[in-house]
Amino acid sequence: MCSLEKRDRLFILKLTGDGEHRLNPNLLDSLRSTINQIRSDPSSSQSVLITTSDGKFFSNGYDLALAESNPSLSVVMDAKLRSLVADLISLPMPTIAAVTGHASAAGCILAMSHDYVLMRRDRGFLYMSELDIELIVPAWFMAVIKGKIGSPAARRDVMLTAAKVTADVGVKMGIVDSAYGSATETVEAAIKLGEEIVQRGGDGHVYGKMRESLLREVLIHTIGEYESGSSVVRSTGSKL
Amino acid sequence: MCTLEKRGDLFLLTLTGDGEHRFHPDTIATILSLLEQAKSQSTRGSILITTASGKFFSNGFDLAWAQTAGSKTGAANRLHQMVESFKPVVAALLDLPMPTIAALNGHAAAAGLILALSHDYVFMRKDRGVLYMSEVDIGLSMPDYFSALVRAKIGTSAARRELLLSGKKIRGEEAVGLAIVDSAAYDSEEGVVEASVRLGEKLAAKKWSGEVYASIRKSLYPELCGILGLETRVFATPKL
Repeated sequence: MCSLEKRDRLFILKLTGDGEHRLNPNLLDSLRSTINQIRSDPSSSQSVLITTSDGKFFSNGYDLALAESNPSLSVVMDAKLRSLVADLISLPMPTIAAVTGHASAAGCILAMSHDYVLMRRDRGFLYMSELDIELIVPAWFMAVIKGKIGSPAARRDVMLTAAKVTADVGVKMGIVDSAYGSATETVEAAIKLGEEIVQRGGDGHVYGKMRESLLREVLIHTIGEYESGSSVVRSTGSKL
Repeated sequence: MCTLEKRGDLFLLTLTGDGEHRFHPDTIATILSLLEQAKSQSTRGSILITTASGKFFSNGFDLAWAQTAGSKTGAANRLHQMVESFKPVVAALLDLPMPTIAALNGHAAAAGLILALSHDYVFMRKDRGVLYMSEVDIGLSMPDYFSALVRAKIGTSAARRELLLSGKKIRGEEAVGLAIVDSAAYDSEEGVVEASVRLGEKLAAKKWSGEVYASIRKSLYPELCGILGLETRVFATPKL
């Protein structure tokens, strides 16, 4: 399902195997528990998370076939992804998605829930497929889209044309930070960026709180008004 | 004052006649009824293109009619009547179960510009026509749904300032630079309409479900939909 490797101060989380890495309840549980493991590691606040995948897909979204056979599982998968995204937003370390394959719908949301999105340009696309497959977009997905894509025209193109956004187009739209010639180059660049960030130093706890504050709207939509944003008066051990 | 024509997949809504195509209560009622007609006849692959002929797309509300009320209060009431009755037109466009394109043949000012911006795509001429939010110049206050639409569709604070606060008459090239319109590459009425038809046919070929399209569109603009009283229904029976 997913593997975790630690390279010095980098946590490399990988969606494993050659399949579509559909976000079914098991994979979502596995991802959440790995993120929790990362969070509770003693070096977490001086580290960086890189999320990547094997094969042709980053993630092709929810397990819709499973949902068709058991409709209550749609709600379960949605709830689990919301929690996972909230966990990523509150994670006390910078996060990098090294997108080496297609990321569709919920899979695209997962990629975009990282602070940096690095992507290969030779293959693969980001694709909010809901218009094409006749799925309604939950309000919380829109909160992520709004939080991560600044231009109203780009948001319209992504959501209302179901655009298959390759890396270079993604860079122009402001969704992707940088594009690379291959999967290997993308992961190498993510590692290099991660190492640069680690070198800068800083306190991951402060970083995490800042990110929560910046993405407050997303947190409100994922875990609710009162569970987020409690850091306004909390001391972060400011260096003043 | 305004006609609805069907050409294959395309619904063509035209503000007819010479002159400024100002919105009098009768014009507003006609536009609303034609939009309802398009909605009732819509199928997969339907597209709406709205245009006008002559120097003006529309110069906004019929302020002269408001003035003929004979008193200051009377004028204010008539203006209020037009503002209130135009709100459902914006709502109808946001709710329309098909992609919408405004093909600006000429000037679009105040409520006329709001009509244009209520479409998914806006094309204008490079050589003729300006966009002008005149309210700041004539001392009219901005209805809440006007500001909400501008916030929803125009992303940068500089563009919002230029549009709403500067009283500037914005020509095609600048409008593209400010990302207020999608393109201003055309130097004739025919050119703008042709481009709109080309885009319309491209989108029509996708044969999207109009209901899904409208639902995703509305979820892109939650603040505006709230002000317009538009509900977003949630259903999900995806095409697997």
